[in-house]
Amino acid sequence: MNNPDTVCVIPAQRSKRALGKTGRRAGFDTRLLLSWSIPVLLLLVWEEAARAGWISPYILPAPSKVLETAWALTISGRLATDLGVSLLRAASGFAIGGTIGFLLGTLVGFSKIAGTVIDRSVQMIRAVPFLALLPLVIVWFGVGESQKIFMVALGVSFPIYINTTLGIRQIDPKLIELGRVQNLESLELIRRIILPGALPSILTGVRYALATAWLALVVAETVGSNAGIGFLAIDAREFLRTDVIVLTILIYAAIGVSADSIARLLERRLLSWHPNFTGEGR
Amino acid sequence: MPPTPDETAAVTATGLVRAYGDSLVINRLSLRIPCGEFVALLGESGCGKTTLLRALAGLDTIQAGRIDAPRRPAVVFQEHRLLPWLSVWQNVALGLKGEAPRAKAEAALTEVGLGSRLDDWPRTLSGGQAQRVALARALVQEPRLLLLDEPFAALDALTRIKMHHLVRRLVAKHRPGVLLVTHDVGEAISLADRILVMREGAIASEYTVSDQPDARELHSVLLEELGVAAGEPVH
Repeated sequence: MNNPDTVCVIPAQRSKRALGKTGRRAGFDTRLLLSWSIPVLLLLVWEEAARAGWISPYILPAPSKVLETAWALTISGRLATDLGVSLLRAASGFAIGGTIGFLLGTLVGFSKIAGTVIDRSVQMIRAVPFLALLPLVIVWFGVGESQKIFMVALGVSFPIYINTTLGIRQIDPKLIELGRVQNLESLELIRRIILPGALPSILTGVRYALATAWLALVVAETVGSNAGIGFLAIDAREFLRTDVIVLTILIYAAIGVSADSIARLLERRLLSWHPNFTGEGR
Repeated sequence: MPPTPDETAAVTATGLVRAYGDSLVINRLSLRIPCGEFVALLGESGCGKTTLLRALAGLDTIQAGRIDAPRRPAVVFQEHRLLPWLSVWQNVALGLKGEAPRAKAEAALTEVGLGSRLDDWPRTLSGGQAQRVALARALVQEPRLLLLDEPFAALDALTRIKMHHLVRRLVAKHRPGVLLVTHDVGEAISLADRILVMREGAIASEYTVSDQPDARELHSVLLEELGVAAGEPVH
């Protein structure tokens, strides 16, 4: 049986979408230029002010000076080493915290009993701003690698936990019922219905967690370390190297932005079925 | 003494009881559907027909009685219940055991006229197409018993008629026993071999459609059974 309605509906939709896209594209470019005008202007003013000597290089060095420093540190290999140390801390903390948050979240999402037992304690710990725990964590672990990884893991686990629980609880019970009708075994039910259904929410949790991971790392690294981006900044403070300090701030920002775009890429990849995350046209 | 297995029955249910609190939703109901027979279940809202279907599907527990179904029944619900994150063919193959699931899904989808939409997302389908995929997903399991829970209720009139033709053709070919829950008398007459009218949790009356020479007469008899008097003025 061939359906005549598919033949006429699809071209109509396509032409409408194409029209909307070209219309939007033209306005989009002008707005893109406009939105960048103020940051670029500020950067130029900053550069000029620093060169003219209106701002002391100890307060704020010129952007060109920061670039020079970046180049010098890259050549010497110091930047790569410190960046690597920081990234490794973030990654280990994220892996540990993410796994704990995901497992607890899955448990609580599935089982009402687990929810009753675990959820209150987790919510109580969450009420404490996790950065306030830093002095205590230093007493426990000292200022070595474990203190930093612990802080990152702590910050990461909560957003992942909350969004995993939420995602699993939000799944349409009718789809789970369908799984039973189709004779799915428990593992298959989880793999085919529950995890994909919870995935949009879990990925939102991952995005939040990436942001907290960096926050935790900046704070933990700044307190005491002998390597890493935070150490670079603290070391530079001793010698009043404001250019290096500004550089580390920029690096933190750049890493935050790229982490977020990785998360978005994941969303677009894994949620291509979802009408809000369609890969087309982006 | 174990009951003798009934080889020709798609389902045999005896003495079913289901109560919510004090009210009996299913009251000592017995039912037998042979393979290849199309049975429609009519009844007013709240008479227990959906509860009966859910009990036969194993989705609702019963408090007394027994259900003998040789294989797990397949169900088509009022909503298509397609998983939005699986492509059309993966939806059809959901829970399918054995080799070459894609080939089986493709064959089933071709039967419902959607052989060209295998790799599409469900959200790109119209309501009627989605319901046809749901039908393919039920039939690919090769069920002995097919349970249809008002599967055409949400479709527009023309699509519904097309669906009737399709279902009649597929049931004639695969010959499962079918239980269709509906409140559409016309639909019941046009599709079923036998019509059961359910009232207060039990089967109140039964009609064999082929015995009735005049479909219009059966229509008004059934409407009367459902509490709609035939002679009632329309305006």
